[in-house]
Formats: sequence, C-alpha cells, structure tokens
Amino acid sequence: MLEIKNLHVSVDGHAILKGINLSVKAGEVHAVMGPNGSGKSTLAQVIAGRETFEVTKGEVIFQGKNLLEMSPEQRAGEGLFLAFQYPVELPGIANMYFLRAALNAIRTYRGEDEIDAIDFLALCKEKVKIVEMDERLMKRSVNEGFSGGEKKRNEILQMSILNPKLAVLDETDSGLDIDALRVVAGGINALRSPDRAMVVITHYQRLLEYVVPDRVHVLSEGRIVRSGGKDLALELEEKGYAWIGEGAATAAPAGAGG
Amino acid sequence: MAQDPGARDLYRAHFESFEKSLNGDAGAPLHSVRRKAFERFADVGFPTRREEDWKFTNLAPLMKTPFRVPNLFTLDAGARKAALDELPGDGPRLVFVNGRLDPSLSGPIESEGKVRLMSLAEAFRARPDIIEKYFGHHARHEEFSLVALNTSFVRDGAFIHLTDGAVLDTPIHLLFISTAAAGPTVSHPRNLFVAGRNSQATIVESYWAPGSDVYYTNAVTEVVLEEGAVVDHYRVQRESEAAFHTGSVTVNQARSANYISNIVSLGGGLVRNDLRILLDGEGAASMLNGLYMVGGTQHVDNRTVVDHARPHCSSNEVYKGVLDGKATGVFNGEIIVREDAQKTDAHQLNKNLVLSEEALINTKPRLRINANDVKCTHGATVGMLDEDALFYLRSRGFPREEARNILTYAFAADVIEPMRDEWLRTAIERLVLARLPAGDRLRELV
Repeated sequence: MLEIKNLHVSVDGHAILKGINLSVKAGEVHAVMGPNGSGKSTLAQVIAGRETFEVTKGEVIFQGKNLLEMSPEQRAGEGLFLAFQYPVELPGIANMYFLRAALNAIRTYRGEDEIDAIDFLALCKEKVKIVEMDERLMKRSVNEGFSGGEKKRNEILQMSILNPKLAVLDETDSGLDIDALRVVAGGINALRSPDRAMVVITHYQRLLEYVVPDRVHVLSEGRIVRSGGKDLALELEEKGYAWIGEGAATAAPAGAGG
Repeated sequence: MAQDPGARDLYRAHFESFEKSLNGDAGAPLHSVRRKAFERFADVGFPTRREEDWKFTNLAPLMKTPFRVPNLFTLDAGARKAALDELPGDGPRLVFVNGRLDPSLSGPIESEGKVRLMSLAEAFRARPDIIEKYFGHHARHEEFSLVALNTSFVRDGAFIHLTDGAVLDTPIHLLFISTAAAGPTVSHPRNLFVAGRNSQATIVESYWAPGSDVYYTNAVTEVVLEEGAVVDHYRVQRESEAAFHTGSVTVNQARSANYISNIVSLGGGLVRNDLRILLDGEGAASMLNGLYMVGGTQHVDNRTVVDHARPHCSSNEVYKGVLDGKATGVFNGEIIVREDAQKTDAHQLNKNLVLSEEALINTKPRLRINANDVKCTHGATVGMLDEDALFYLRSRGFPREEARNILTYAFAADVIEPMRDEWLRTAIERLVLARLPAGDRLRELV
C-alpha cells in the first residue's frame, strides 16, 4: 500500500531524513519509534504533504501513485490521513460542521455525492461512542479549549469518520493519561482492518502495549537503524535509545527495507 | 482650512445655500450652534497628517472631490426592494436616504411614551426639552473639526430617547442609504441616543449603498447613558467602495452604565471611525468589539479613546482586522486612566491578519495611566495565515482556497460570536463570508 524508497528530506538545507526505506502492506500496523530529533514527525508530515520540507531524493508510492506529486488535499482524497501531534484550534468553526465539510470535500474529490446532515449525524453518533467523547464537544469550535486528551480523541474521531486507507498517527499517545491512552488505542484498534494500513509514530513503547504492531522500526538521525517484530519495542524500552545510538552506524544497512 | 482653498469655498457655498434653505428657522437657537460650528470648521479645516491622530490617513482625495448637496431623498423601486433586505422583517426602524428620513420606509414614530423614536428634525420640533439637555454636549465641535463640519449642517438623523426604566426587547434599526447617480454628494447624518436610568436597548446603525457611487458620509452619533442604562450599539459600515466615510461616535456613561460597541467596517474606499467613550460614573463598563475587513485599495482607520474618569470602571476592547489586496488599515487605540480612576480594569487588544504582500496595517495601542491601583493591558499583533493550520485543513481534504477562507473566517469569528442580537450576528456572518472568495461554500460551516 505504501512504498517509501530511499527518501531524503531536508529543511533549510539541513538533511533530516537520509534514505528512508519503508514498505507497509494493507492490513498491517507499523510502529516507527525513535528519540527526539530522529525525524519521526518529519516523516509523518512529508507523507501527508507538508510543503516546508524539501524532498531531495527518493520516492513515496501510495497505492501505485506517486504521492510526492500530490497536494495535501489530494492525498486526503486518495485516502491518506495524518493524526497530528499538535492538532490545530479553529475558533468559530463548529466541530460537527467541520467534520462533515471535511468528509464532503473528500467525497467530492472522489466524485461521490455529499453526505446529508441526517446521515452524517447518525454516523457521527456512532463514531463518537468509540472514542468515548463528550457529545457536547461536537458543538464546540474545533479543538478550541479542548484538553490534550480531548484533542487526541478528536483526531481519532476524525480518522474514523474520514475512514482512510492509510493512517499515519504522529505521537498520538504523547501527553495522555492512562485512561485517555486506552480510549485512543481502542479507537485505533477498532479501525484495524485487512484493507487499511497504519503507521504509528511514537516516542514510547507504552502505546504498543495496547496497539500491537506487526512491525517496529527504529529511526535514528534520519535513518531506520533497526526493524523487527513487536519485541523490538520491548527491547528498546528496556535498553533505551542510547543502545540504538551505539549500534546505529553498523546497523544502518540492515535497517533498509522493512 | 488652510490646506485646500477649493474645499473651503465649496463648503462655504454649501453652508450659504443651506442657510437660505432654512428660511425662518435660521433664527432658531440651533442655527447659532451651526454658525459657530461652521466658523470653527472654516478656521481649522479638515484634519491633516501633521496631526498625531491622522498620521496614517490622508484626506486629500476627499478634499479634492467636488461634492454637491443631494436633492434626492427617495429611492427607486429596485433600491427600495434591496433596502428592505437590509432590515429584519419587523421592528422599529428609521431609514434615511442621503441624510434625510424616508417616512415611507420608517416607523413607528413615537414622540411620547416610554421610547421616543423619531428623526432628529422632528425632535427639534417635538422635543426641544430633550434636545436642549443633551444635543452637542459630548460630541464637541470645538475640539474635532469633522464634528464641527457635521454640526454646521445638522438637519436630520436618528433620535432615540429611552425614558427611565424603559426596556426594549426588539432592536431599533437605523439605516442610512446613499445614492449619488448624478455625481458625488455629501451628507452629514447626526444621531442622538439618550438612554435614561436603568433603560435598556439594542440599536443598530447601518450605512449602506445600493450602488457603487462616489459620495461622502460625515456622520456623528452622540450616545448618553444615564445611571444603570444598558445599550448594545452596532455600527455596520457597508458604504460603496468608491465612497468616503468619516464616522464619529461619542459616548458618555454615568454610574453603573453598560455600553457595548460593535463596529464593523466592510465597505467604503476611505474610512475613518472615531469612537470616544467617557466612563464618567463609578462602576461603568464598556465593551468594544471591532472588525474591519478590507481589500482592493480600501483604507480604514479606527481611532478609539476610552477615558476612565472614575474609579471601578472596566473596559474591554478587541479589534480585529483582515486586510487583503492593496488595502491599508490603521488601529489607533488609547486608554486613558485619570488620577481618580483607581481600580480601573482596562484591556485593549488589536489583532490583524494580512492576506497579501501589499496590504498594510499600522497599529498603535496606547495606555496613559495616571492612577496607581489599576489593572491595564494592551497588545497588538500582525500576522499572516498560520501555515500549520493551513496544512491541518488541507490534510483533512479542504482545497487550499477553502482552507484559507476557513481560517480567515475563524479569525474574524472571535468578534462576531459575542454579538448578542441573533438576526444581526447571522447577517454579519453572511457579509463576512461574502467577502471571501467562494465564501458561500463556507456557509454551512458556521
């Protein structure tokens, strides 16, 4: 579903990603872990189409199409979703209407009919339950005055309503208390399906106790330095990121592929 | 009027022909006020950029335009129909065409009872008692030359008197319409609102044109709030984009009076809004909401002064500006805290969103504090659309232009949402959306 080949990315002339290779198949959940500054968020944003980053080499293929040639809104239309590490507040725009307009923008892109208000309300009610979100938040402005946990739940809600083929979750677990973490993980698990892929970016192993990944990749200084099964996350938790730093140079070639 | 002899001759000619048209009324006490005001105006002329408060607004194009005195005070059928769409279905209203009341669009006129609503021209005849007590006491022609110009030509406008304890549930709408198909004209609407003790009302003062004519509106509104009065005042300026508009609102608040100003500037080519509030009784409170949204070559200048003269008063001012194209804007806000005004709680904030490379904003928040036990803050920001937010919206499937619109609307929404009158809030939301490219697509979002 997603093929990243030798991806090099820089910002203001500084190389941040230095040859990423990653292959994610439909139905799989991949975890990307790494210390601060390793390039995790850059990877997420480049996949979603953030223009501040310059792709200097490599390619990103999504369902056979060249993702790098598309605008962020085209990527959304094609079925890509990024759950933001820091969701943006939109005062004056009611959450409910925002979500419906987003869904309709994507439907319009696909040449489908817009969803009407009544059908949307039913869909919304169903999905709100999954993330255990207070329904009153649907009437409030998008993310305005939401707690950290509410913002992250709102991201998962958006994801479940927009129903993407590939979801990239950028540190969705950061800053959550254990209850919120469980809810967010439950939302992610509810969306696991044979025709959907997910890339879960996280700093901590904690989330992976609830969302069990098929593959784990460790990112360090812009390269994937280790890849393995779910046990790799536990090993990393135990030994810390310093362990990766020591082995990074020799492990780099082995990390290629996924 | 040292700066433009042509303008001096023009307004003197206007004044002379105005005096002639008054016939017998030229001897009335009001006319001696007019004469004094005109002498003052003839002496000082239009403000120039040499004055601190006019540094960023150049009235030269206004002075060079040969305005005539309008002679048409009714609308054709098409404009009439359009004008009705500018008003809610019912409720009290006064509609003025080129500065004079159009009785066929106005009503109900009341000169007795708890709420007196009539044209100022009628009030000069029917309620000289109230005129005598309030007219011209706060909008000082001795001090402000545009007020002097307006006072020179005082003839008509809106007069609202809420007697003590009168509470009005339905907003009063005042609509000032300008048409100048036969060449540029000038009008000087003059309004007087007096809210008696513990009275309460919502007043909507709108300036609008059915066409795109060149004309000049020089309006003055005096608002007097007696003890405990509550006035929610909306001023919605949607003049033609070829028009000049100078509007001055002077507010005087007695003890515990509560005044809410909502000034929305969307139209006009060259616009100056003056708002001067005097908190002249303990515990008086003011809220100042401002929104200016300009594009093309529009210029809008907002001058506000909140003068805390007594202890325990509060004022909260938020002005937001959206500037596109080659538009220019000014925010020049001042809070004065006098020596006696201890326990003042005053806040001022001006935020600007600049959508194009060529748009320009000058913002100058000022505090002048002469008391020592006060809580005052002020601030100003100028920014472009937030790239993070744009990316967020686009990643959710919104095309770039729509994402820009959503963020622009969201920026303005802060000052629209607190508006308490629902009909008007909805109308302003629509007007703001209409100023965005393809903004109608956003309508269901808000």
